[in-house]
Formats: sequence, C-alpha cells, structure tokens
Amino acid sequence: MIAPHGGRLIERVLAGDKKKEALERAKSLPIIRLDEDAVSDVENIATGVYSPLAGFLGRKDFRGVLDHMRLADDVAWTVPIVLDVEEVEAAKLKEGRDILLAAQTGEPLALFHLEEKYTFDREEMAEKVYRTLDAAHPGVARTRQMKPVLLAGRVDLIQAPATSFAKWHLSPKETRVLFREKGWKTVVGFQTRNTPHIGHEYVQKTALTFTDGLFINPVIGRKKKGDYKDEVILSSYEELLKNYYLKDRAVMAILKMEMRYAGPREAIHHAILRKNFGCTHIIIGRDHAGVGAYYKPYAAQDIFEEFPDLGIVPLFFRSFYFCKKCGSVVNEKICPHPPADQIQFSGTKIRDMLVKGEVPPVEMMRPEVARVIMRFKEPFNE
Amino acid sequence: MDKEFTTVSIPTSLYKKIEEKIKGTEITSVASYIGKVLREHFAKEEASPEVFSREEEEKVKERLKALGYID
Repeated sequence: MIAPHGGRLIERVLAGDKKKEALERAKSLPIIRLDEDAVSDVENIATGVYSPLAGFLGRKDFRGVLDHMRLADDVAWTVPIVLDVEEVEAAKLKEGRDILLAAQTGEPLALFHLEEKYTFDREEMAEKVYRTLDAAHPGVARTRQMKPVLLAGRVDLIQAPATSFAKWHLSPKETRVLFREKGWKTVVGFQTRNTPHIGHEYVQKTALTFTDGLFINPVIGRKKKGDYKDEVILSSYEELLKNYYLKDRAVMAILKMEMRYAGPREAIHHAILRKNFGCTHIIIGRDHAGVGAYYKPYAAQDIFEEFPDLGIVPLFFRSFYFCKKCGSVVNEKICPHPPADQIQFSGTKIRDMLVKGEVPPVEMMRPEVARVIMRFKEPFNE
Repeated sequence: MDKEFTTVSIPTSLYKKIEEKIKGTEITSVASYIGKVLREHFAKEEASPEVFSREEEEKVKERLKALGYID
C-alpha cells in the first residue's frame, strides 16, 4: 500500500470519553462559526485526507506553499489550507488557547488549538495560486472576499456534520482497508465534478486496464454556476457503475471539498489527496481543474515535472473523441482521420441537449446516464 | 521558511558533469538538478503507512459491508 503523503496518515477524530470531555469543555470556549467549505477542510484535516496537515497552515508553511509549492519541511503542498477571520474576531482570541469550531447552525464541530495569528496579502495569494488577478476567475474572486487574519493551529474533530451523501463518504483509512480487501495493489484515482460521458468512461477504462482498481472520487461542495449539482453527479455515476463496470474493479466515494479551479496547482493538490486515499495513480486530463482559458491545456500535466517526490504516479491523457471512420473512441495519437470524422465530447453540447429533453447520441453518453440526469428538474447549480 | 537556500560543496568535476547533463533540458541549473534528484531519493524512502489495529480494521470492514462496498 502506498504511504500517505508526508509518510503518516493523520487521524484527529475524538471518540468515547475524549469526545465527551471535548463537548463539555466546548461550552466554555470561544466559538468560531465556519462556512461549509471550512467545515469540509476541518473534516479533511481530521480524517487524514489532507495528510500530513494536522491543522490550518501557520505562517511558515503558508509562505512555503505560496513561494515554493512546499511546506516548510519541503513536503509538496500547493494549495493553502487556511482559516480566515475578521480582525475584530481575531483580536479576541489568544494564541495557546483552545477555540470551538462550529458549523453555521452552532453545532460543535472541532476543537481548534490556536497557535498563531497572521495577516496576508490577498492579491499575492490570488496571483500565486491562480496565476491571474482577473476578477472573473472564481478562485480570485473568492480570495478577494477572504477575511484579513489567518488563524493557524491543529484541530481535533468532535463531530462531523451530517451529509446527505453519507453512503458515499469514506475516509482515507476506510478506502485503504477497502482497496486491500479488494486485493488491489495498484489503484487509479479519477477526480471529477461532472456527470460521465463516453470520453470519461474511456479514460477511466484505459487506466483501469493497467491497474487493479479504479477509484472514482467526485468532489462534493461549492462549485461554480452552471456546474452539475452534486446529487446529479452521484446518481449518474451510480448508474454508470451499475451497468458498465465490474463491481470488483471500480468503486466510488465522495470528496467533500470546494473546487478552486486553480488548474496546475490544484492538479497536484488532487493527486496528493488521492495518494492519501491509497491511490497509486491518478488520471490527469486536459485542463485539469481549470476554468475558462486561464491555463494552457496541458499545464496541469507539465507541473508534475516539478514534483519528482510526489509518490503517486500521474497518468496523462490527451482529449478523446469518437471517430466515425475508426468506429471507436480515439485520440490524436492513435487516429489518423480529419476533424470532419470526429465527434467531440463537448460538455456544453451534451448539456444543451439534456436541457432540451434530448438524449445525446450513444457515441457521446450512455442512455442510462442521460435518463438519470433528465429525471432531475434542475440538474445545474444556479 | 527561515532560510530558503544553503550551500553544499561538491567536487568541481561532478558539477561540470551535471552542467553537461542538463544542457538543452528544462532544468535550468545544477542546483535545481541536485534538488530534484534528492527529492526523488527521499520519496523512495517515504515511511510505510501505519498499520491499523485489528479492532479498528474490523470496525472499518463492518461499515464497508453495511454500505455495500464489500461482501
């Protein structure tokens, strides 16, 4: 089994008496209420998805991530995991003290051991992480809305909030046991925020030909307007798995996390997280985690050159399309025919057809998958 | 990061050999090359994953069975 990133799987989930004590202590602690994205971050830290992080980044690690895409101890890390608060809120909190992190409802979430408070430059962070300062980039817009003080420290999860997708929610510890039980020595991870078309299926099955198992890992959480809703993604994949995959070769579980659309940096982030889940390989396609035209089509593949120590092996794929002459799904490396013979897997085209109530052609999407999507009255985020 | 870079001495002959090796590649300096090679080396030595206790593992298996992931 592949080692977790940084060599150790973090587990900071309180149980039994420790959980009871924490809940009792929580009553007298200052509270910070977190939005949905920060709640997911806390859960991901505590359950080891973000290993080796044991908490929110301190200043040294934050600087290392921005400047070198590495933590202070040289471990690769490309996306800052930080907790931002208003100045007035930060002023009330003392380093060395514990704080209760709660969901917006006030439900206790985690103990937070505050170690450091520091300020940061939002513009610098946006430019380094997203490689642009264009306000139209969702990540840049989000960074500009961040509060001015960052709090650093370890977290101990008391109770994860309920999720509507509990049956698909597995921790890295659980996926690692799952992969071992399945007898998989090599596992390829597939990151997605979309419903599956034939191109996705082809990429997954090509990768699966060379590995023991496939781990489909949709990102569940805040996405941009027009993206498929989480329940639509999961239902469509459930249908695809049921009809077109061997049960012993492919599994799906969710990753609760916001999409940042940071392109190359986020591709590395996605690889690290899948390594923690126990994947030995990860599929990186064209414009992975990109948005608009901010990143070169294969920048998210090129960046892996800078991380020879990542551990997980990226499998790079070019764009696939259906070739009428070849009569199959192909890519530019294996098909000699001109564009006139090609049917591209255009997400926009498929979306338009589904909105009109039309089932896309079988060369583009499995009819079972299309029908599942069409069952939803409003399948897209507003 | 308190101090981002430091100096290490290597034989001049080795330095020249590396200079030759990286000519025409995407690696822009001897320092970058050495950093890359060392990181590859350390990655191979990454610690083995922790072994879960029997009790923990059984609990996980029970959940995986209940969710239909394993029989």
